[in-house]
Amino acid sequence: MSSDSSGNIPFMQRLLDSPFVLLALGMVVPTMLYTVWGVVEILSIPVAP
Amino acid sequence: MSIFPTEEKIWWNEPVEKSEVLWVAISFIWALIMFFMMPYWHFAGEQNLSNEAYQISPDAFEEKTEAFAAKYTVREDPVSGYPIVAPPAGSDVYMYGKKWEWWPMLELQEGKSYRFHLSSLDYMHGWSLLPENINLQIIPNYEMVLTVTPTSNGEFSVVCNEFCGIGHHDMVGKIFVKK
Amino acid sequence: MANFRTCPDTGFKIDLQADKLIKWNAVTAVVFLLVGGLFGLLVALTRWPAVHLLDAELFYLALTAHGLDVLLVWCIFFEIALLYFTSAILLNARLVWPKLAWIGYWLMLGGAAMTNVAVLQGDSSVMFTSYVPMMAAPHFYLGIILFAVGALLGCAVFFATLHMARKERTYEGSIPLVTFGGMTAAIIAVFTIVTGAVILIPTFVWSLDMGLIPEIDGLIYRVIWWGMGHSSQQINVAAQIACWYAIAAILFNAKPLSEKVSRTAFLMYILFLQLASAHHLLADPGLSAEYKIFNTSYALYLAVLGSMIHGLTVPGAIEAAQRKKGYNNGLFEWLAKAPWGNPVFSGMALSVVLFGFLGGITGVIMGTEQLNLIIHNTMYVPGHFHGTVVVGTTLAFMAISYWLVPTLWQKEMVFPGLAKWQPYLFGLGMGCASIFMMGAGTLGVPRRHWDIAFADSPIGHIFPEAANLMMGLAGVSAVVGSLGAGIYILNMVGTILWGKAKVPAPAAAEPTTAATPSAATSYGGAGTMAVPGTFVLAMVFLTTFVLYYFVNWKYLAGVWHLS
Repeated sequence: MSSDSSGNIPFMQRLLDSPFVLLALGMVVPTMLYTVWGVVEILSIPVAP
Repeated sequence: MSIFPTEEKIWWNEPVEKSEVLWVAISFIWALIMFFMMPYWHFAGEQNLSNEAYQISPDAFEEKTEAFAAKYTVREDPVSGYPIVAPPAGSDVYMYGKKWEWWPMLELQEGKSYRFHLSSLDYMHGWSLLPENINLQIIPNYEMVLTVTPTSNGEFSVVCNEFCGIGHHDMVGKIFVKK
Repeated sequence: MANFRTCPDTGFKIDLQADKLIKWNAVTAVVFLLVGGLFGLLVALTRWPAVHLLDAELFYLALTAHGLDVLLVWCIFFEIALLYFTSAILLNARLVWPKLAWIGYWLMLGGAAMTNVAVLQGDSSVMFTSYVPMMAAPHFYLGIILFAVGALLGCAVFFATLHMARKERTYEGSIPLVTFGGMTAAIIAVFTIVTGAVILIPTFVWSLDMGLIPEIDGLIYRVIWWGMGHSSQQINVAAQIACWYAIAAILFNAKPLSEKVSRTAFLMYILFLQLASAHHLLADPGLSAEYKIFNTSYALYLAVLGSMIHGLTVPGAIEAAQRKKGYNNGLFEWLAKAPWGNPVFSGMALSVVLFGFLGGITGVIMGTEQLNLIIHNTMYVPGHFHGTVVVGTTLAFMAISYWLVPTLWQKEMVFPGLAKWQPYLFGLGMGCASIFMMGAGTLGVPRRHWDIAFADSPIGHIFPEAANLMMGLAGVSAVVGSLGAGIYILNMVGTILWGKAKVPAPAAAEPTTAATPSAATSYGGAGTMAVPGTFVLAMVFLTTFVLYYFVNWKYLAGVWHLS
């Protein structure tokens, strides 16, 4: 991705031009915030007294 | 054009037309209002779910529910033969769903609060209180606890609104609320 | 080495392998739309109280098949076609790894067929959601897994094609906005499929009953399954918006108002859209309010913000293009002079409006933590998602296929007169079905329910007469919508099989559109025309949204107290 970035392309444009970085973000963000957080909450539900 | 690569090499720095900026700003404010309505309702509203829940085996929950019914049953429903259980205000109330019934029937008092314990003995069920239209997801092995205060009286049905097998559409329970 | 042909209509350089793959995936999609649509018609005719067509067992079977074949199979086959189109064709590039793409295609087809067989055999009527501990036949799950693996291969081909096109410099600058939308769909698809694998593979092993996995936790199943189930519909949203932008460009030479804003809106999707899977968990035990509020709001509604932006910029881009052509009188001349008789346009326009008003607003309302209590699992839910996936996504896909099929096959449409009316028939029929289902839902009518008269129940419940009326009207509307869907399928299949070859237009010798993308370099960014008409329409939308939102809080405030 950096082969033709001559240095003056803004950071956000470079981010939006990087499919694999976006793919990684699109996997990690929902996996952590939705899936992992949810499963951790379920696993910490106490056993009935 | 949207189907061709960008014309400008650097498009990020292009200024944005002002009606578009205005719309983004208005939409963002609306987004924040909608977001903060939810925590606000936890303080100001009367319809919130507690997240109190326990892991429990179906057998254990059935036992608790039967003990509850044995203690407070007042009569039988003449049509179905189901026990009608009238717990005192403020007490713990148990109801389970299983293929294809909600058990037992309840008799409550309007304006009084009850600690409801709901669970399933087999599949998932949907606890749908009608005609109020309050809907909860009931999952086996989990006991859901919430405080319920009827604010109206009469005969209410609990319909199942999660598919639970071929008899799903016959699964109905009752809650009677006295003035 | 890849072989190319040049498209006589657009001047695009078309990789022959990509051409063939797009055609096969699109045709297969339409076949599954037919199958799934017929099951849907049977479902609608059963829930229409006066008709009550199927018996209970067949009803639950048909409902399971309907959900799988349209929500999953039709949409994703069409999306794979779109992914190949937005990568290889729009970038003038070769499709990388065509063999892998074919393996993906056959896996998807085989998997979809396997799951359909399992459902038709009768012991897998577990609904689209297949909640444990209700168990389907093992090949029900295996079919979905194979289908998903096939789709994942399709995504891999898409990303590899993007990468190689850039490396081989088949284009200058950044990828087209439509391709960016396709990429957003592909990213969400990868999350969807990986999440699906995490839950469906163990469920498949469990269904083999060999003791390796004796039990699957119901609540954990719901959290992870919805990570797949809801996100699969977010693929549709991203793909459908890419279609909107594509149609605006094809018909009007419309340029995005701002590349920056539109792409950032897609970025909000990439990061946050999948969090809305929590919409399904709001009435579940044991999950904290913090988890529910943060996820159900897509992180402070940033993904909704993205949708609201697209809702402005798609019609806004059309308005700007129309005003440039001289349709400059008043607020709405640009809209009145739009080609309402062209199904490519009318399908897209209806998709934008109906998706926004029927699907979008109701989705946000259902996904509000407390409001969900008066909606969860009622008919309101299918009402909502027929507003998104049917009159939004399916209509957008229909609209673009009125352009794509004649262009790729180089054939004339067989029934152009019917095509003119088709989007209205389908959009209004299914739009009304959606509204009436939601109406029934507000009266508490349960979804996935064979008999709201409770004829066989020892206890029973009596719904108000209005509920039966709503369900009846939903049935009538669905029949009208099905007729619209039938005309679409007939037109597509007919055009491909019997359509007359297109006579190349004289102007097509020079691929004008493709060669002059910079016809108006100054327009875009600050040079963009103002779009007052679109802004007014957007404010109408927002006003409706705000009013309906607070009306629902008022309904909620009237029910029993819960804490």
